[in-house]
Amino acid sequence: MKAMKKTLLAVAMSVAAATGVQAEGISNDVVKIGVLADMGGVYADICGQGCVTAVEMAVEDFGGTVLGKPIEIVSADDQNKPDVGSAKVRQWIEDENVDVVTGLVASSVTGAVTKVLTDAKKIALISASASNAFTTKACSPYNAHWTYNVAALANGTVKPMVESGKKKWFFITADYAFGHALEGIATKVIESSGGEVVGAVRAPLGTTDFSSYVLQAQASGADVVGLANAGTDFVNSLKTAAEFGLTETTDVAGLLVFTPNAQALDPAIAAGMKATTGFYWDMDDQTREWSARFKARHGSIPAMPHAGAYSMTMHYLNAIKAAGTDDSDAVMKQMKATKPDDFFARNAYLRNDGRMVHDMLLVSIKDAASRKSADDIYNIEATIPGDVAFNPMLPECDFK
Amino acid sequence: MKGTVTYTIFASLGDVMATIFGINLFALSGQLLVGLINGSFYALLSLGLAIIFGLLKIINFAQGAMYMLGAFFAWMALNYMGINYWWALLLVPLAVGVLAILMERFLVRPIANEDHLYSLLLTFGVALVLQGLFTHFYGSSGLPYQIPAELKGGTKLPFMYLPNYRAWIIVSSLVVCFSTWWVIEKTKLGAYLRAGTENPQLMQGFGINVPLITTLTFGFGVALAAFAGVLAAPVYSVSPEMGSNILIVVFAIVVIGGMGSIGGAILTGLMMGVVEGLTKFFYPEASTTVIFLFMVIVLLVKPAGLFGKEA
Repeated sequence: MKAMKKTLLAVAMSVAAATGVQAEGISNDVVKIGVLADMGGVYADICGQGCVTAVEMAVEDFGGTVLGKPIEIVSADDQNKPDVGSAKVRQWIEDENVDVVTGLVASSVTGAVTKVLTDAKKIALISASASNAFTTKACSPYNAHWTYNVAALANGTVKPMVESGKKKWFFITADYAFGHALEGIATKVIESSGGEVVGAVRAPLGTTDFSSYVLQAQASGADVVGLANAGTDFVNSLKTAAEFGLTETTDVAGLLVFTPNAQALDPAIAAGMKATTGFYWDMDDQTREWSARFKARHGSIPAMPHAGAYSMTMHYLNAIKAAGTDDSDAVMKQMKATKPDDFFARNAYLRNDGRMVHDMLLVSIKDAASRKSADDIYNIEATIPGDVAFNPMLPECDFK
Repeated sequence: MKGTVTYTIFASLGDVMATIFGINLFALSGQLLVGLINGSFYALLSLGLAIIFGLLKIINFAQGAMYMLGAFFAWMALNYMGINYWWALLLVPLAVGVLAILMERFLVRPIANEDHLYSLLLTFGVALVLQGLFTHFYGSSGLPYQIPAELKGGTKLPFMYLPNYRAWIIVSSLVVCFSTWWVIEKTKLGAYLRAGTENPQLMQGFGINVPLITTLTFGFGVALAAFAGVLAAPVYSVSPEMGSNILIVVFAIVVIGGMGSIGGAILTGLMMGVVEGLTKFFYPEASTTVIFLFMVIVLLVKPAGLFGKEA
């Protein structure tokens, strides 16, 4: 036994020595990961401290060092403000030698931050943002968009409904970049599948009372009312729809549903609603194992951006190890050359435009009777293959 | 037979009306009604603010946080103690009122003789601390709270489906608002209150305990916000942000109504609910701005507010 320990030690030391030679490839002798997230605002439950925890778990599971050099994590609150986020990231790059920025929540912040990162030739690992701009009109060789995007939500949730005969749609849309993007892409999907959009209202972000919009939706004669909003807006609009009897006469589709929002809804209102998600904790043994570890540290089950944050950090660190350097271009090349494969990334690959294509899940919200615990919220209805869920790559974003 | 005739008349009248200005008047009536429901919340909250400002000259920026506290206490009472909605409607305003009394006694009173700005900053700080604490412990996504069984369902009106709970919001808040107005403006107690703030020394000379009146008034004004919070819990998401979202609008309403005018606060609250409701119908994008636009116009034309007395 003692001899075996000695042998192991010797092996470990020689590995350390061997990697020590390669470690010349690590700038400043440390790999520094910046986690930029919403620590106290409306998206704090979706990707705030939880994303920091997920990144910490990835670093610990990786072993805490890469190529013999330590991995450090710094984190900051962007307050969902683009100027705050980009100023912080600039400071991280210039003063603190941060190598990569992960987390990234509100699409508006991510838009500003990815510009700063691209200028500095640093990689953005985007977990929580919804907009598909980062791999289309604002694409960059340094973007990797991981968990989901608006196209996957529209293809996953909207398309099957239109094809099943729900042709007429009405949208209650959050009046800012994300809502417009979601409504726009869902409209394309509806029209190309033979449906039509009979109306839409743009509700300001943070609207408390949706009853006026629900009445307008009711009067529109639509088959489906699509909620192109997120977070509290989604919860409030769905509650009001149920209260005014809209859910009894019309289908209501939540286009972006995160697990904490689904948990905030009364099952009597939300049961049966379908949604598209990049991850669900109770899918199989692998997801359950990781989610149990996450819950033990964070206190609640992971939402999809948490799982995505872990997966992309792991893939990034693996790429550094394989490439023998933390140089952004080399690491990105490596990330695109190897397929991510973990509890989150299934049948996955990082496309040249930076879109991580992976299997998405079509889920429905469980009713109260079939829930075994407070965390038991979804039935998995179907797996949507990545190439069906995500739109094809644009030729101008083909960064080889 | 008579019924049929009446119905036909109404139906054809409806057809005629429906074509006026190309606007569906049935849809419009629905919008007016939901506007009035929203206005009930505004009325309750701005009434509390107006009482506290009108009688105590304190600008209470924590009023939104107290509204949030009301909703959270209702949730906690149900989930930790099994206290149902109806008891919460009574007990939660009392509990929050007691907290407010402690806040007045130990935080606000020591700076009562300073500039108004000090109490404004203090109460704003209290609001931020409360919001931060609740975000930390309960997250930002909101908590579910069910509509009480007695008020589930709704009534089919000719122009809309009116959920029973919304009808209850209008009725209960109007009753609370107008009884408060009546007590302050029309009773002896109200007269003491008003006199005590107008000339504290004189009232003290008459043997009336003015500091006690001050403290109780502050507690009552805040309890109104907590009452609104409990009313809101089943229909809006119980979340830490709910207070800060509504507070600025409510301040605008108090300014439009005339700082410190009790009746003005109630009427303006209801009116602004309707104005906002109509904006949501005609041009939703402007619905968060329209009240402030209104405020600017009122301040330019009648700086003391619609119901305020000229200084």
